[in-house]
Amino acid sequence: MTMPAAEPTNSQEAGFVAQALRNRSFLIGFVITVFIAGMALLSFFWTPYDVTKLIVADRMLPPSATHLFGTDQFGRDVLSMIMVGARSSIAVALVAVGIGMGLGVPLGCWAAARGGIVDDLLMRFNDVVFAFPALLSAIIITAILGPSATNAVIAIGIFNIPVFARVARAGALAIWPREFILAARAAGKNRTQITVEHILPNIANLLLVQGTIQFALGILAEAGLSYVGLGVQPPMPSWGRMLFDAQTRMMVAPYLALIPGFAIVFTVLGLNLLGDGISDIIDPKLRRQR
Amino acid sequence: MTAYLLKRLLIGIATLAVASIVVFSMLEIVPGDPARLMLGMNATPDAVQALRDQMGLDQPVIVRYFEWIGGLLTLDFGKSYTYSVPVLDLVTERVVVSLPLALIALALSTLIAIPVGIFSAERRGRAADTISMGAAQIGVAVPNFWFALLLIYIFAVWLRLVPAGGFPGWSAGIWPALKALILPAIALALPQAAILARVTRSAMLEVLGEDYIRTARAKGMPRRTVLWRHALRNAMIPVLTILGLQFAFLLAGTIIIENVFYLPGLGRLIFQAITQRDLIVVESVVMLLVAMVVVVNLLVDLSYAIVDPRLRTNR
Amino acid sequence: MKSWKTILAAAALALASSTAAMAARTDLVLGVVLEPPHLDPTAGAAAAIDEVVYANVFEGLTRIGSKGEILPDLAESWTVSDDGKVYTFKLHTGVKFHDGTDFNADDVKFSLDRARAENSTNAQKTLFAAIDTVEVIDPATVKVTLKQPQGSFLYNLGWGDAVIVAPESAETNKEKPIGTGPFKFESWAKGSSIKLVKADGYWGDPVFLDKAEFRIIPDAAAAIPALLSGDVQAFPNMPLGDGLPQIQSDPRFKVVIGSTEGETILSMNNKKPPFDNLKVRQAISYALDRKAIIDGASNGFGTPIGSHFAPHNPAYVDLTGTYPHDVAKAKELLKEAGLENGFKTTLKLPPPPYARDGGQIIASELREIGIDAEIIPLEWADWLKQVFTEKDYDMSIVSHTEPNDIDIYSRKDYYFNYDNPAFNKVIEELNLTSDEAKRKELYGQAQKILADDAVVGFLFELPKIGVWDAKVEGLWDNAPIQATDLTKVKWAD
Repeated sequence: MTMPAAEPTNSQEAGFVAQALRNRSFLIGFVITVFIAGMALLSFFWTPYDVTKLIVADRMLPPSATHLFGTDQFGRDVLSMIMVGARSSIAVALVAVGIGMGLGVPLGCWAAARGGIVDDLLMRFNDVVFAFPALLSAIIITAILGPSATNAVIAIGIFNIPVFARVARAGALAIWPREFILAARAAGKNRTQITVEHILPNIANLLLVQGTIQFALGILAEAGLSYVGLGVQPPMPSWGRMLFDAQTRMMVAPYLALIPGFAIVFTVLGLNLLGDGISDIIDPKLRRQR
Repeated sequence: MTAYLLKRLLIGIATLAVASIVVFSMLEIVPGDPARLMLGMNATPDAVQALRDQMGLDQPVIVRYFEWIGGLLTLDFGKSYTYSVPVLDLVTERVVVSLPLALIALALSTLIAIPVGIFSAERRGRAADTISMGAAQIGVAVPNFWFALLLIYIFAVWLRLVPAGGFPGWSAGIWPALKALILPAIALALPQAAILARVTRSAMLEVLGEDYIRTARAKGMPRRTVLWRHALRNAMIPVLTILGLQFAFLLAGTIIIENVFYLPGLGRLIFQAITQRDLIVVESVVMLLVAMVVVVNLLVDLSYAIVDPRLRTNR
Repeated sequence: MKSWKTILAAAALALASSTAAMAARTDLVLGVVLEPPHLDPTAGAAAAIDEVVYANVFEGLTRIGSKGEILPDLAESWTVSDDGKVYTFKLHTGVKFHDGTDFNADDVKFSLDRARAENSTNAQKTLFAAIDTVEVIDPATVKVTLKQPQGSFLYNLGWGDAVIVAPESAETNKEKPIGTGPFKFESWAKGSSIKLVKADGYWGDPVFLDKAEFRIIPDAAAAIPALLSGDVQAFPNMPLGDGLPQIQSDPRFKVVIGSTEGETILSMNNKKPPFDNLKVRQAISYALDRKAIIDGASNGFGTPIGSHFAPHNPAYVDLTGTYPHDVAKAKELLKEAGLENGFKTTLKLPPPPYARDGGQIIASELREIGIDAEIIPLEWADWLKQVFTEKDYDMSIVSHTEPNDIDIYSRKDYYFNYDNPAFNKVIEELNLTSDEAKRKELYGQAQKILADDAVVGFLFELPKIGVWDAKVEGLWDNAPIQATDLTKVKWAD
């Protein structure tokens, strides 16, 4: 991965906005992401129906004017559940990315700064974590700690740590030999100072791209865990859980299986496009390839 | 190259050792008494205690850990708490479902993704490229279990071409068995193929931009030769890395997919074993899966060395 | 040599299948939801074990019939002493186990002693608690002496946990069950199917089926396609699903809604505040809308209950009117209890859909009267540990599927933490009474006490939804015990 030639400056950031407006991936991704996030935020104040109130008499009504996406097996409004479900998905994925970045980035930067044994050990540790199929471990973790949204976050978050550590280390290693770093060292700055002042700002773009990717993966992982009953717990709606409930009713109410699935695909697609867009803009060489 | 591979091998072994400790200690703290679970609500406390003694649950942790490790090394995985048959038998019965499933999915994904990736790279920027990469973009975003549900709905419930789930066993014949695996394999393969196609495409583009490819072209080498002989070979490195990672992902993916199609594979086994507190089965299956991932990663490392001669000396 | 046998076998098979077209079918594939952990009914609580082997592979001294009646089985007849403490069983002769060994009184003594022994792992040891001694009088006669009279002793002997096993095969029954029944075990492909075949030289009435296969189909979503495609011809306990109407309207199938012994209840920890307050428990009972719960958690199937008793039982008293759905009344009672602002509590749910789905509906109904119940889903292992053993819970939902188990409310330290001397006295009297009319009256009293005390929220009797090919006859409509009795099953021509 090639780095920009000089330290980022303000003029480059101004260029970012201009470029962003011309980048199709970025624009579509941005609009979708804002839409989903807006829907989740709106659900805090307003949903068409109350999702905590079960009206069994209204169960499994097909989509209509009163219930745009129909109702589920307990008579809850599916559109309202999708809106509140967006909240669960975003919250879980966001915190999981936070855990991954918060622990992974310092580790990666530390490994790059120290080199030698520290670097070796950390990277070996990474290898070990990578050898566990992440989903399997998440299942075991939630089986031990009990199924809940918090534990799903922890399980997904743990496997984000080595990902960010790797990206941060690779990015930092590419910057350490550069001239402006040598200059900073000559000025008597220590490794921590250099990492905070020079390395981090330079790898921020990389981390942002990785962040959107992991965010999208987090949404998929949360859906998977909730689908097998180990993620967000009822009565809190979640997209994965809605799919699980829909499975046995697919023959009589296919819309129950289609709508949450589309919601997941739409969200993940938006995030991936956004990530692609950002990396196009910040990395000219990659853009040439896309 | 030997030193490089030796180092990788050592790392693999260390991984397994660490994994065994992590897995064992994680499951030590799982709540729930397997003996109580097996006997149910009306069992008396002394019946539960009698069963605990029978299962050796009251021995010290360290003793049980080393007994378990010793067993793994001699292929004696112990006896399942719930089925009370050797875990090895249970695992062998299930591996013949999961492994073919993962391999078929891997083959499908590779067969679709690499040609699509190359095709797109060749036609960069044209309609064909835009369409196939758009499709890949969507493919990456589709959760495999949801895709599985759609496949069941269309091909099993609506068209009734294949069974909706279950596995007749290989003894029922190759064709019925394969028929039962085809939908799960497609469900697993397609999202993976989307990722792989994108990686293949960008790896190809990267290589095609290199100086030596331009030189080869300038020298008048035929386009096809350049593409297949030079470019593809070098583009294979990132593709192989992803393939290695994907195998681990596919194995884990079978856990959910087997539950959608109720296939009696390792994934279902581990899921049942976790809920039934059949710890010895959980431990053994996790170790087996980790071992498979380690072996595949070693194979990937080995193939790096073959594909890229520079690595033989460089690392 | 071996190849000759194969050819012969193939020829025989070809002949058999060509003639089969004329006569009625003699094979049956049944779908079951849960795979048994093993096949020894005397060493595990799982209903899935009995659903395969009870009455088919294993037999007891007595057995339970399709209406819950006690029938003689390996015991041809019996006499009871006047004080009700000594039972003398006359056994059938000429009975053989599937491995060829003879069945006699020694096997009976062995089985009963093994079940009640110190180191026994029998899941229902309490069934045998009343037994003092088991004596072999002669190879065809066994005398059982009880410590005190027990009205339900003959019934207890009919449980799957009380079947007779042989000393030679007792230890290996988990994997290779050897019984005296009309079917013998053939093979078990783990995770997929269990096969039984007709046993040669069966002592009792001949059975009609030659082969029976129990196919494990855990998914409600997969059960319907399996039936529609003809892969499976019977689902004695169909997993609930909204797809059922489709099957009901299909003339190829028969759908039978029967009842089980499963009283589904909202259990409450009677010692833990505020559930120690009768008014709070009554308020909760008033808040429950049984119709909505049955509709949402059981697809509308199931009979509402007002106490802990099966509606099909002759001694049943309808007490569903004790606490009808009345939100205003519930709020008033909470106010009287000093909790007009409601309270926060937990609802721990085991895995079955009736509990998980029912829990969501009940939580929503409790919210109506101001009670905020947090749902905590638990796997069976955790549920047994936290709720059942350690009694660390506020409320839970579970179906008590053991037959005739109203006495659990009199058990010391049972997880309801309920202790009412008046109730205990009724149960004690029941144990000592064998007169049917008197027993019926006592059962009625017991039901009334539980209902008045609102010990738990009584919800509904779990339904048994049986679906099978319209040409299959002889499967049970109801489930007085958990079993798939194949002894009378046949295909109509």
